[in-house]
Amino acid sequence: MATDIIIHDKKDNVGVVVIEKITPKQDCKCWIMEDDSSTDIQSMDEIPLGHKIAMTDLKEGDTILKYGHDIGKVVKSIKKGEHVHVHNVKTKKW
Amino acid sequence: MYMFITLKQKSGKLMEIPKSFLGYKRENGRAGTRNHVIILPVDDISNACAEAVANNIKGTIALPHSYGRLQFGADLELHFRTMIGTGSNPNVAAVIVIGIEPKWTKRIVDGIAKTGKPVEGFHIERTGDIGTVMKASKKAQEFVMWASEKQREECPISDLWISVKCGESDTTSGLASNPTVGNLMDKLEPLGVHLCFGETSELTGAEKVCATRGATKEASDKFMKTWSSYNDFILKEATDDLSESQPTAGNIAGGLTTIEEKAFGNFQKIGDCKFIDVLEPAEEPKKGKGLYFMDTSSAAAECVTLQAAAGFNIHLFPTGQGNIVGNPIEPVVKLTANPLTVKSMGEHIDCDVSKILSREMNLSEAGDKLIETTLRVANGRLTCAEALGHKEFVMTKLYRSA
Repeated sequence: MATDIIIHDKKDNVGVVVIEKITPKQDCKCWIMEDDSSTDIQSMDEIPLGHKIAMTDLKEGDTILKYGHDIGKVVKSIKKGEHVHVHNVKTKKW
Repeated sequence: MYMFITLKQKSGKLMEIPKSFLGYKRENGRAGTRNHVIILPVDDISNACAEAVANNIKGTIALPHSYGRLQFGADLELHFRTMIGTGSNPNVAAVIVIGIEPKWTKRIVDGIAKTGKPVEGFHIERTGDIGTVMKASKKAQEFVMWASEKQREECPISDLWISVKCGESDTTSGLASNPTVGNLMDKLEPLGVHLCFGETSELTGAEKVCATRGATKEASDKFMKTWSSYNDFILKEATDDLSESQPTAGNIAGGLTTIEEKAFGNFQKIGDCKFIDVLEPAEEPKKGKGLYFMDTSSAAAECVTLQAAAGFNIHLFPTGQGNIVGNPIEPVVKLTANPLTVKSMGEHIDCDVSKILSREMNLSEAGDKLIETTLRVANGRLTCAEALGHKEFVMTKLYRSA
C-alpha cells in the first residue's frame, strides 16, 4: 500500500514524509507504525523527503511528540498540515 | 556449506541463520574477519617512518595519527589503550610499532604481545628515519609473508564482535535503517555475539529511556553517570545552542530538527536488547557475550576507532544523508533507507533497505538482508568503504597535552 507519510507512534503529533516531496493541498496517506493503522491528512506546504508535517494544530510552548516521546518545543505556532522544522521547533536541551 | 541455526522469532515465524563464518583464527582464541599487517606509529612524529615502511612492503598498512607526545593522566591512558587495542584486534595478524623513543614504544609492544601475535618495536632516536625504515621494513616483510599464508577457517558466529554507530542521520535513519540494525541485534544476540553501541552525546534527550535498558541497576547507574559527565562537559564548553554541531547541518537538511529527535532515532539501533555493561573509550569488554555501551564521541571516525580498539571485528553503520566513513582494520558495512542517497551515492552503500519506506519490505526482511550482508563481509567480501580506500583512523584526545 502506497504511503506518503509514516508516523512512529499513535501519540505523535508529527509524521515524516517518505516520498520525494509532498506539495501544498496534497491529500496524503499516513501509516502509523505502532498499531499498523492508517489516517489521512491534507498538506499546507511543500515538504521534502524526511521532513515532518504537523498532524494537528500546535501553539507556542507545545511539546512535539515523535516515537511517543518529547523531542522539543514549538517556538512559532504551527497549523495542521504545515512543515515542522528548525524554523518553528527548538530543542529543550542545550 | 554452512550449518544453520533455526531461531523462533517473536512473531512465531522460524528463520535460519548461518551458524558460522570464515575467519582467521588468532593465537588468543579470537577470530578476525580481516588479516592485516599494520605499521603503528606511537606518536605523530613517527608517521613518516611508518608510512615509508608501508610504502616499501606491499600488503602492509600504516596507521598515521596526530598524537602521542606529552599526553598525561587519563588522556595518556586512553592513548595507550587505543594503540594497544588496535594492535591486539583479531583483524590484525601482526604489528610493527615505531616510536621516537624506546620506552613508550616498548609499552605498546608489550601490550600487544599479550595476544601472542607477532609484534616488534623500533625507535628512531640514535638511528634516524632511514636506518629505522630499513630495519622495520625487513621485519615487516617477514611478517606480511608469514601472514599471507594464513587461511580462513570455519568459526562460530559467536566469534563476531559487532559494533554499531550511525552517521549523517536523517529521519529515514530512525524510521528504517537504525531499526534494521536493531532487528539484527535482536536476532544475533541470542547466538552469543558481542555487540557495542556508543555515541554518548547523541543519546541526549533519550538518556532516561536508554538508562532503563541497562540489564542491571549497576549498568543503568553507570550509564547515567557517564552521560551526565559528557553532558556537563558539553554545557561547559558550549558557546551557542550547538545548532549545526548537534544536529549537524546534514542532519537538519535531512529533516532532523532537534538533538532529542536524533537521539530517539539513534537509540533504535539496539532493538529490544539490554546492555550488560558500560565501557570506557576503547575498553575491551570483559563480561562475555551480549550488548555493551561504550562512552564515545558521536563523530564517526573517532567512535569506530575506539570500538575497533576494544576488539570489535565488524562494524554496522546506518546512514541517512550518506556518511562515507571507513576504518583501516575494522570493515564498516553501510546501510541506508534513504532512496535519494542510494540513487546519488550508491557506491558507498553495502545494504539498501529503502524499500522499508515504500512498505515493499518489512523490518524483519531488512534485518535478514543485513545479516546476510554482514556475514558476506565477515567471510571476506570487501565493503564499499574498503574498496574506495576509506581508512579513517582518528584517536580521541581528552584534553591539551602538558
